[in-house]
Amino acid sequence: MNILVCISRVPDTASRVIVGSDGKTIDPQGIKYIVNPYDEIALEEGLRLREKNGGTVTALTVGGESSKEQLRTALAMGVDSAVIVKTDSSFDSFFVANNISEYAKSINPDIILLGKQSVDFDSLQVPSILGELLGLPSVSVVTKLAIEGNTVTAEREIEGGKEVVETSLPCIISAQKGLNDPRYPKLPDIMKAKSKPIEEKDAVNSDERVTVMGIEIPLKKRAGIILGGEDKDIDEVVRLLHEESKVI
Amino acid sequence: MPYKPIDFFGIDELYHPEELLIRQSVRSFVDTEVIPIIEDSFEKADFHFDLIPKMAELGLFGITIPEEYGGIGANYTSYGLAMQELERGDSGIRSFASVQNSLVMYPINKYGSEEIKKRWLPKLAKGEAIGCFGLTEPDHGSNPGGMITNAVETADSYILNGAKMWITNGTIADIAVVWAKLNGEVCGFLVEKGMKGFTAPEMTGKHSLRASITSELVFQDVEIPKINKLNIKGLKGPLSCLTQARYGIAYGVIGAAMAVYDSALDYSLSRIQFGRPIAGFQLTQEKLVNMFTEISKAQLVAYRLGRLKDDDRATSHQVSFAKRNNVEIALNCCRIAREIHGANGIVNEYNVMRHAANLESVKTYEGTHEIHTLILGEHLTGIPAYQ
Ligand SMILES: Cc1cc2nc3c(=O)[nH]c(=O)nc-3n(C[C@H](O)[C@H](O)[C@H](O)COP(=O)(O)OP(=O)(O)OC[C@H]3O[C@@H](n4cnc5c(N)ncnc54)[C@H](O)[C@@H]3O)c2cc1C
Repeated sequence: MNILVCISRVPDTASRVIVGSDGKTIDPQGIKYIVNPYDEIALEEGLRLREKNGGTVTALTVGGESSKEQLRTALAMGVDSAVIVKTDSSFDSFFVANNISEYAKSINPDIILLGKQSVDFDSLQVPSILGELLGLPSVSVVTKLAIEGNTVTAEREIEGGKEVVETSLPCIISAQKGLNDPRYPKLPDIMKAKSKPIEEKDAVNSDERVTVMGIEIPLKKRAGIILGGEDKDIDEVVRLLHEESKVI
Repeated sequence: MPYKPIDFFGIDELYHPEELLIRQSVRSFVDTEVIPIIEDSFEKADFHFDLIPKMAELGLFGITIPEEYGGIGANYTSYGLAMQELERGDSGIRSFASVQNSLVMYPINKYGSEEIKKRWLPKLAKGEAIGCFGLTEPDHGSNPGGMITNAVETADSYILNGAKMWITNGTIADIAVVWAKLNGEVCGFLVEKGMKGFTAPEMTGKHSLRASITSELVFQDVEIPKINKLNIKGLKGPLSCLTQARYGIAYGVIGAAMAVYDSALDYSLSRIQFGRPIAGFQLTQEKLVNMFTEISKAQLVAYRLGRLKDDDRATSHQVSFAKRNNVEIALNCCRIAREIHGANGIVNEYNVMRHAANLESVKTYEGTHEIHTLILGEHLTGIPAYQ
């Protein structure tokens, strides 16, 4: 199985984000960058598919030189090869999808796995644009995946429930939490990943379809709800936890 | 609440990417494998044996040992960071790894013959063999030079007699690195489980490091093949191992300190008294700032010491400094965190009391706080004050 997993470099969600002086970008000072958590799930799924079916997993990122760090993580997790499509300018979802598409055409993967969204800009667009560009079925927000022969059965999250869809290889799958628990790399693999090559490609430029006008930190704190200690208040807490925050 | 480690001075920028990956992997391992079981393991003094193959698989044994002997071949900074993460889980789990890495694999690699290295190191790396380190005796703790365990040379072996006490992993060890006097000089011997006359009863009743096994080692005319003698003479043999382990502790305890700090910060923000979070009171803020400051300083000491070790330039005095300082501040953090948690500070729903109890052992083993003070005192004045 020829598996392509696309990953991106995003600020650690635990980092305190500060808006840069241009008002349009994040100030990178003091920010820790990680592999987008949903992409980690995609990586894990790719590795599991390889373990089950044989083949190779290629990790791809579109980004600047520093994104190589995230490819090292992918190599340490166990992907066979890593590719960076390099660009120094800022980019939008179309740019990313277009570059993934260009690369994918050169290796004809059986399956392309991505996170359902990047936790930096949260556009949720790349998997779908990619499907359009490659003319492949694209199933998003997948929490369960089964592949038998060429038949792909995917369970996806929809508002208030789930949906099961069937499609066939080759296809694009975007991963949602719950699909798997990503492995953490083992120390020997981390050491080996240090010296593995990373293939470099130049990005294909495209006109910006989306221009960021400005970004802001939300200042308002979320309004809390204060309840008392009566039975009805406790019922209300249970209801809110169940229906609003859906944690129980 | 997800764990929020401190990095006020951007030290992470100084770490290499693979060092950070190693730290992250061990952190995830601790989150999934250690933290869920550790309070129970501690309470019942029940060491979880299944952690051994899991730690081995992750690559936590033989971190600085060359790959040809089954090790990872990583640097000392990586080793330090791994110990830090393990100790965020529990000092007992970190102790297990310290002993295996620094007190068993290190001396075998450094002082063992090629045959011995090939026989033991790969097994120790895979966790198929467990090691322990026997230096302390019932009557000789801070003064190991006074040890009475002794070996006598015969035509084709050594005969070992004596007893060791407070030995981490003793009961479960397949191989013990034992220090004994041969013709009045301290020498190291590998004593294997099952050798006639060798027993290792477990010591019970500890209120500290309960998730770690501590044992006596008893030798009654144990016959040891010649090849099992390490190639080093004098107290510098065991002390060189201790320098390795102490370095790991200097890093390790930062993990425990950050764990209790993190819990205290969360708690102080959510605990409401007099109509506001206790974090809003000046006295609580001072406590948080004090912990935060000492942890940040300890991190800088550990980072620099790690880099010196990677260059093979760290001195044992610097290691004493770091062990002494960092254990003390970690223990102080526990006390402060305990206060911030109020009554909750004493229950096992929070990690504070367990870390506090553990660190009492850490302050004593690997050279007591006082002994490190004397080591540094001698370094400054040129006057040894031990006797
Ligand atoms: C849980 C645990 C695990 C351990 N694991 C191991 C192990 O794996 N292998 C091993 O060999 N040992 C191990 N030890 C033993 C440990 O290293 C010793 O306990 C330590 O060296 C101190 O020895 P002691 O307990 O005999 O105290 P003592 O040496 O009797 O000291 C008692 C007190 O007197 C102080 N003191 C002693 N001499 C002086 C002096 N000259 N000036 C000022 N103060 C002094 C000490 O600092 C201490 O406060 C372990 C101990 C514990 C608690």
